[in-house]
Amino acid sequence: MTEFDPGDNAASIASVTDRVLPVAIGMPVTSVHFLGERAAFVGAEESVAMASADGEISRVAVHAGGILCAASDGERIVMGGDDGKLVALDAAGEEVTLLATDPKRRWIDNIALHPDGAVAWSAGKTAFVRGAKGEEKSFDLPSTVGGLAFAPKGLRLAVAHYNGVTLWFPNMVATAEVLEWAGSHLGVVFSPDNKFLVTAMHEPALHGWRLADHRHMRMTGYPGRVRSMSWSAGGKALATSGADTVILWPFASKDGPMGKEPAMLAPLQARVSMVACHPKQDIFAAGYSDGTILMVRLTDGAEILVRKPGVVPVAALAWNAKGTLLAFAAEDGDAGLLAL
Amino acid sequence: MPELTSPKIPVTVLTGYLGAGKTTLLNRILSENHGKKYAVIVNEFGEIGIDNDLIIGADEEVFEMNNGCVCCTVRGDLVRILDGLMKRKGKFDAIIVETTGLADPAPVAQTFFVDEDVQKNARLDAVVTVADAKWLSARLKDAPEAKNQIAFADVIVLNKTDLVSKAELNEVEARIRAINPYAKLHRTERCQVALSDVLERGAFDLDRILELEPEFLDAGDDHDHHDHGHHDHDHDHGHSHGGLKHYHDEDMQSLSLRSDKPLDATKFMPWLQNLVASEGQKILRSKGILAFSDDDDRYVFQGVHMMLEGDHQRAWKEGEARESRLVFIGRELPEQTIRDGFESCITT
Repeated sequence: MTEFDPGDNAASIASVTDRVLPVAIGMPVTSVHFLGERAAFVGAEESVAMASADGEISRVAVHAGGILCAASDGERIVMGGDDGKLVALDAAGEEVTLLATDPKRRWIDNIALHPDGAVAWSAGKTAFVRGAKGEEKSFDLPSTVGGLAFAPKGLRLAVAHYNGVTLWFPNMVATAEVLEWAGSHLGVVFSPDNKFLVTAMHEPALHGWRLADHRHMRMTGYPGRVRSMSWSAGGKALATSGADTVILWPFASKDGPMGKEPAMLAPLQARVSMVACHPKQDIFAAGYSDGTILMVRLTDGAEILVRKPGVVPVAALAWNAKGTLLAFAAEDGDAGLLAL
Repeated sequence: MPELTSPKIPVTVLTGYLGAGKTTLLNRILSENHGKKYAVIVNEFGEIGIDNDLIIGADEEVFEMNNGCVCCTVRGDLVRILDGLMKRKGKFDAIIVETTGLADPAPVAQTFFVDEDVQKNARLDAVVTVADAKWLSARLKDAPEAKNQIAFADVIVLNKTDLVSKAELNEVEARIRAINPYAKLHRTERCQVALSDVLERGAFDLDRILELEPEFLDAGDDHDHHDHGHHDHDHDHGHSHGGLKHYHDEDMQSLSLRSDKPLDATKFMPWLQNLVASEGQKILRSKGILAFSDDDDRYVFQGVHMMLEGDHQRAWKEGEARESRLVFIGRELPEQTIRDGFESCITT
């Protein structure tokens, strides 16, 4: 991106709000993903709204009820619902494929996608993996699954739960490895270099492990629960929501954030609800509980206003793979696309 | 601004020992022609006959919070389920959580005190305990869970009254009152109770803490449901209330404190916080209406174990007695310590 120009007028923040293409989704939105150059806004219930850069919107029905989780690899979006179904929406945003149905119609709570095409999901205390060739395996956890993530290398699944994370190799007989830490772990991510694992806990804190030696990293001090985590380009920092600034934990060194202070950027009088790092440059977008969206440069904290404050929190934020489009939506479905 | 003004969804917790009639009451609530839609969270998913569109199976996972307090527990599965249910806002008017017969209601209630997201969207309305008139007395002796459920209740549905004699009924009611004199009690057959008596109670609503009188002294309209032809004064005991024998339960009691002199807020608040911090495991529920010196507003608080919430409620009315009242329900309460501590907060 060559157009990140906050200007030198310190008194008023640079703004690109007039360049945003408004998109009226007309339903509550919980996440947004890019399928090619079209933004797919996942509704809280039943459908996905596909929006192209010229503002054309089409709706696709995906679930008969609430949509509880969604993940995308850019080729498809896989979603789990309270109808007990796991479905995939194809790259064209047209065709919906049923991947699995829970026999007891339990909620599908979590989803993760592997670059090779494998998909993982969970219902209650059971995690499932279906490999690229269609073979399916399941694993029972001691408590309800809070989050799923595939390691960047190999077929290895991290399953977050109460009192820790289980690392499971679905294709190996070896017993799963358990990383213990007291408390309820709800979200989980691997660092892109596969050296660290970080969970978002039920209490307002992150917990991390260095995978080589299982050393613990406690990342605390948040006023609210961390619901959004995003790795900066190259995995140098983990940007997180949960405070009235974006908290960025440094992961560039071999010790990760151990013994280091996080960077705190883009402070506002509102809680950060979503963060999304640019895929290639040291820039992130942050959405706030009052509806504000800022683009921020990691190196100096310079800010550009993307969306003015309103009332409803920002619920969805995503870049396309090239980093040329930013899509966002507030909880009520008031959405937009910004081309850079 | 619909999101800001949308009211929090009320959540009723339905508890009761095995076989008391929880499912009967639940089905009555669901089948009545009230025009409301309920989301129902049950434990044994799919195994009991409940006819409802939105029914969710729970795992009753009790999680300890990482704050060093063993009684600080929440229902982890409930956090997740309520979060998921909020995606379907507008599809239901209220939520009912049915617990298993052996469940402690505290973690359910504490979930509403601890979890920010739950608090944002939902509010605990009341803990309703269904009790079996025939078997409760026995269960109070051998099942600590049954006693917990009675102690914790805002509303008690004393069910299956047709299976016992009047004397037995009075006996079991007296046993209940020994543990929890403050809950609203309804005597029923097959859980035939007016839905307004179990739903929309606002029992955890600070604005609705109006009085803290023991229920059996209260001449409220609830007495319509009772059979009051039983003023058989029991002279074996020193006193009786509303025709009921006065029992003392050995390990679960309620303790009521009162003062017509104002309290010193700078002494009272630390005392109360220390009390629940040190004795919170024993204190199941607490509530109070307080008159502080140099404060023209009524202050109200309530708590579950170690968790407290309080606020100024409203100005004292002209002519209204500025009296402070506190109630604790708990196990082996250190009565004298609590009384002495309270006395030391009264201005002289």
